[in-house]
Amino acid sequence: MFLETKSLSKKFGGLTAVNNVDFTVEKGKINAIIGPNGAGKSTFFNLISGFHPPSSGSIILKGQDITRMPPNKIAEMGIARTFQTTNLFEQSTVLDNVVVGHRLRTKSNLLDAVLRTKRLKREEEQCREKALEVINFTGLEKVAGKLVGSLTQEEKKRTAFALALATDPEIVFLDEPAAGVNPDETEGLAQLMKKMVDKGITVCLIEHKMQMIMKLADKIMVLNYGEKIAEGTAEEIQNDPAVIKAYLGGSASA
Amino acid sequence: MANIINKRFIIPVLILFAIVFPFVTQNDYFIHVMTLSFIWMIGVYGLNLLAGYTGYLSLAHAGFFAVGAYSLGLLTVKAQMNFWLAFVLSLIITSVLGFLIGLIALRTKEHFFAIYTLCVGYILYLIIDKWDSLTEGVRGLIGIPAPGNIGPISFETPLSQYYLVLAILLVVILIVYRIVHSLTGRTYIAIRNSEDLALTIGISTMKNKLEVFVLSTFFAGLSGALYASFIRFIGPDIGNIVITFDLLTYLLIGGIGTLSGPIVGTVLVVWISQQLQFLQDYRMLIFGPILTLLVIFYPRGIAGSIAGWNAKRAEKKLAKAQQDERFSQSPISAENQVKEG
Repeated sequence: MFLETKSLSKKFGGLTAVNNVDFTVEKGKINAIIGPNGAGKSTFFNLISGFHPPSSGSIILKGQDITRMPPNKIAEMGIARTFQTTNLFEQSTVLDNVVVGHRLRTKSNLLDAVLRTKRLKREEEQCREKALEVINFTGLEKVAGKLVGSLTQEEKKRTAFALALATDPEIVFLDEPAAGVNPDETEGLAQLMKKMVDKGITVCLIEHKMQMIMKLADKIMVLNYGEKIAEGTAEEIQNDPAVIKAYLGGSASA
Repeated sequence: MANIINKRFIIPVLILFAIVFPFVTQNDYFIHVMTLSFIWMIGVYGLNLLAGYTGYLSLAHAGFFAVGAYSLGLLTVKAQMNFWLAFVLSLIITSVLGFLIGLIALRTKEHFFAIYTLCVGYILYLIIDKWDSLTEGVRGLIGIPAPGNIGPISFETPLSQYYLVLAILLVVILIVYRIVHSLTGRTYIAIRNSEDLALTIGISTMKNKLEVFVLSTFFAGLSGALYASFIRFIGPDIGNIVITFDLLTYLLIGGIGTLSGPIVGTVLVVWISQQLQFLQDYRMLIFGPILTLLVIFYPRGIAGSIAGWNAKRAEKKLAKAQQDERFSQSPISAENQVKEG
């Protein structure tokens, strides 16, 4: 078990957004979470990355309980994530956006900054090297000096990937990485996710583009009204009556 | 490249100008106004670190300014303490107070933070105004000593005070410059950009915000303590919210979140205000519309807009260079382009 949730629930007042979800993320694979709009997919991500405390249940990473850790501690544990909206600093360059991603692995503080200590210089160089490494990895070297505001949607998504990768994660959660991106570029992003897995990083994504998911994911979980209704390989999911019902409506036997 | 040469050239020229300024004008009043501008700039730099680089607009800064000024005033006048000891103590008092208030204030965000700190600033003002037995209330504190001698150097004359304040200002600018251009500064900017994103890349936002808040109040207190020793008389009015908005105006006009903004804004507004003295309070009729227009059309102020233009130009140049490179690599496609054109 790499990352595991045990009967994880989240209630917002009377609404149960995530209900008793048991889920395991398999190491070195591409895991996907799908489901109709409002099924609780993003809430599920927010629970794992520490943005919402769960109402009940637990989250276990490599045998360690991380259920109520704050988001920054969870990032230090090796879990990175991206958002649906990329949230990047548009008036700054790609490189400048990504450099700060490695900050959590550095120790220099305010005093180091004021005194320009050796440690600060060394760590700044370290962050810069890391940023260049992930920029190359995500195929952004041509636009590294450009302002994020002038990038295409796909390049922004890649920048968000790069920022997540700069934290040296073991697992990345990608919230709709291919939303608002054309089919050719979607293929490019899929290739990038495969490349991440090849490098030993576990990927878990939320996505609506079924074609992409069915080709890409090793394992899929389907959420509907906050509950897990199916889990398995692409083929299993495609033939699951509960999934067909959730997406197309009508009775399962129809 | 041109920009770097520009920067390397402009900064020493500005410092040189500030050094020779008193000899050029020979006018005591101008030196007085300039010294005062330098003191405000220190406070504006404090506000800039917090509001400009971390994205938290504090409206309590006049309060902290007054706490710095009154701490120095009370310790020297009433407790008869050595000037420099009192000076250091007043900075510590302001920072500790900033730490305690920051612990609570930073639980709020955006406009709630602004409103909360507005109230804090007003409460600090009220305490100073009403606590007669300690602060002398509206009568104010008279007879605050000028900065004490450092070795053989005395600071009794306006000219020596001008240089003392200038030296401290330069140190403040150096500190802010180094912070902004370090990993710590990048961390602050990441928080301003998106606190959620900052958290997911492992930044402890509360710790960093508190750090900036304390630093920011430290600079406000430093500014206040210098003001008290320079003007030698302080009343509760220096803690009034009007002062906060003055500092904010300097920052907005100069350029919030830029390094040169506080200098540009403060010098410009203070000197224009001096020129418009004859209009008394009616000068706000001129300032109001100018500020409104500036916020609408140049939200990043003078320095910010210039930096923006430079960045755009640099990007265009880069794009053009890359295009040229592509053309030179594949002459055929370049020819085609020409034909099509």
